[in-house]
Amino acid sequence: MYKRFYRWFPVFVLPTLAAFTVAFLIPFVMGIWLSFHRFTTIKNTHFVGWENYTRAFADEGFMGSLRFSALFTVVSLITVNLLAFVLALALTRRLRGVNLFRGIFFMPNLIGGIVLGYVFSLLVNGLLGFWGVDITYAATYGFWGLVALNTWQLTGYMMVIYIAGLQNVPSSLVEAAAIDGAGAFSTLWHVKLPLVMPSITICTFLTLTNSFKMFDQNLALTAGAPERQTQGLALDIYNTFYGRIGWQGVGQAKAVLFFLLVAAVAGIQLWLTRRREVDA
Amino acid sequence: MKTRRTNLMLIALLLLLAAIFLLPVLLVVLNSFKSRLYISAAPFALPDGDTFVGWENYLTGLRSAGFAAAFGRSVFITVGSVLLLVVGCSMTAWYLARANGWWPKILYLLFVFSMIVPFQMVMYTMTYVVGQLELDSVVGILPVYLGFGSGLTVFILSGFVRGIPRELEEAAMMDGAGPLQTFFRVIFPVMRPTAVTVSILNAMWIWNDYLLPYLVLGTDQKTIPVAIQIAMQGAYGSTDYGGLMAMLVLAIIPIIAFYLIGQKYIISGVVAGAVKG
Repeated sequence: MYKRFYRWFPVFVLPTLAAFTVAFLIPFVMGIWLSFHRFTTIKNTHFVGWENYTRAFADEGFMGSLRFSALFTVVSLITVNLLAFVLALALTRRLRGVNLFRGIFFMPNLIGGIVLGYVFSLLVNGLLGFWGVDITYAATYGFWGLVALNTWQLTGYMMVIYIAGLQNVPSSLVEAAAIDGAGAFSTLWHVKLPLVMPSITICTFLTLTNSFKMFDQNLALTAGAPERQTQGLALDIYNTFYGRIGWQGVGQAKAVLFFLLVAAVAGIQLWLTRRREVDA
Repeated sequence: MKTRRTNLMLIALLLLLAAIFLLPVLLVVLNSFKSRLYISAAPFALPDGDTFVGWENYLTGLRSAGFAAAFGRSVFITVGSVLLLVVGCSMTAWYLARANGWWPKILYLLFVFSMIVPFQMVMYTMTYVVGQLELDSVVGILPVYLGFGSGLTVFILSGFVRGIPRELEEAAMMDGAGPLQTFFRVIFPVMRPTAVTVSILNAMWIWNDYLLPYLVLGTDQKTIPVAIQIAMQGAYGSTDYGGLMAMLVLAIIPIIAFYLIGQKYIISGVVAGAVKG
């Protein structure tokens, strides 16, 4: 019966596949190819082997932004997920105005990085203004400013996922634990946490990849100032491409390394947290 | 009694936290009604007789940076891309779910694979390819978004299509309906809730996207995020903060309205996107 249906490939799949090929597949393959070339435009390339990669590793800006992104991601992982989980616990209780609270905490996530970055900078620079400085004054200000911004943006999103996870915990299990004399904390630790492990897997995955790939917020809030000390990997790659003449090949090599790093970190994290998932 | 006390304390804490979460946005709204001279000097002061300027910032903001045109472009690009994505990807997802053999599987894996690749990996080469094909226009960017969004969209829709029983479409085909008719009359209506969810996820991404439209369209055809970034860079000292505050508010309002209308779908979209991820 499906024989006739298969002939409809050009109608059903081809348009999407063509767009996917143009926007993603070709650029992806070209990107890998270009990372082994020195070039100023794509029509003027010169094969250089691994040179771009060795130059990337020797570039202090790249290694600095790698450290910055790694630290930023680790700190965000903790702040975002801790706050989101506590909020989810509070907002799955029977309270007045639960939906309103959920809506408010979720709201920053709807606003895009650029707009959110400038909205946030008014507050942060206003506060720092009392001491006569702004966020570009020192790298630590920029770092914690970005952590606060990231936490503000991602917490509500993760909270929604944790709420869905907590609502799936069978109430019979929680009641059974109470009858067995478990306190609130031990119920949380021994019953709820193992059962929401799938949500924890997803939330840590999303926080990890989002924080690592952060670009818009970085550009809007600090733009790397002072002296590129608050520049995450994505922003460093962008600046290598478009800000340093003769470095395009290195920029592409950095982008390939960035991709491999994100894939590896995400893969390891999924493997680690998936092992701890249990069935109710 | 004890739970009642803890609940009250909890509500007090939540109120405080909610106030902190709302503060940055409220501050921008507040400052959008102040004269530009008083914004960076005293951002926390309420507007008073001297500093209150009414809607002036909104008028200058709209005029100066071509913000009205940027708004129109953002709406067009978001709506157009989302329509293409939903129709294109649901057809693709259905076909791939029903077709046998190795190549539909490979294709599906390629779509999934594209989701973990950071944009920086392809931004330079994509800009080149898109330029060569002369897709660097407000209309041309629509297929680019179809390509970039297809990974997530095909992925989420495929998960749903696999759950649709084949008997449904086989009955339609038995009655002599062609594949297109079967799809739009039988399959697509069943997919609708998931299609709405996936549309919302894509709309939020495209409306807020900065780097892709900046690289593809440049500064001549600004979208809202690009317009705001340009207005802001456009300089320390000479930046019209009043106009900027108004632009920020105008950029946020449609999102909030959208959220209030589609709250149910947005929340289920977040959960659906997460479970599949």
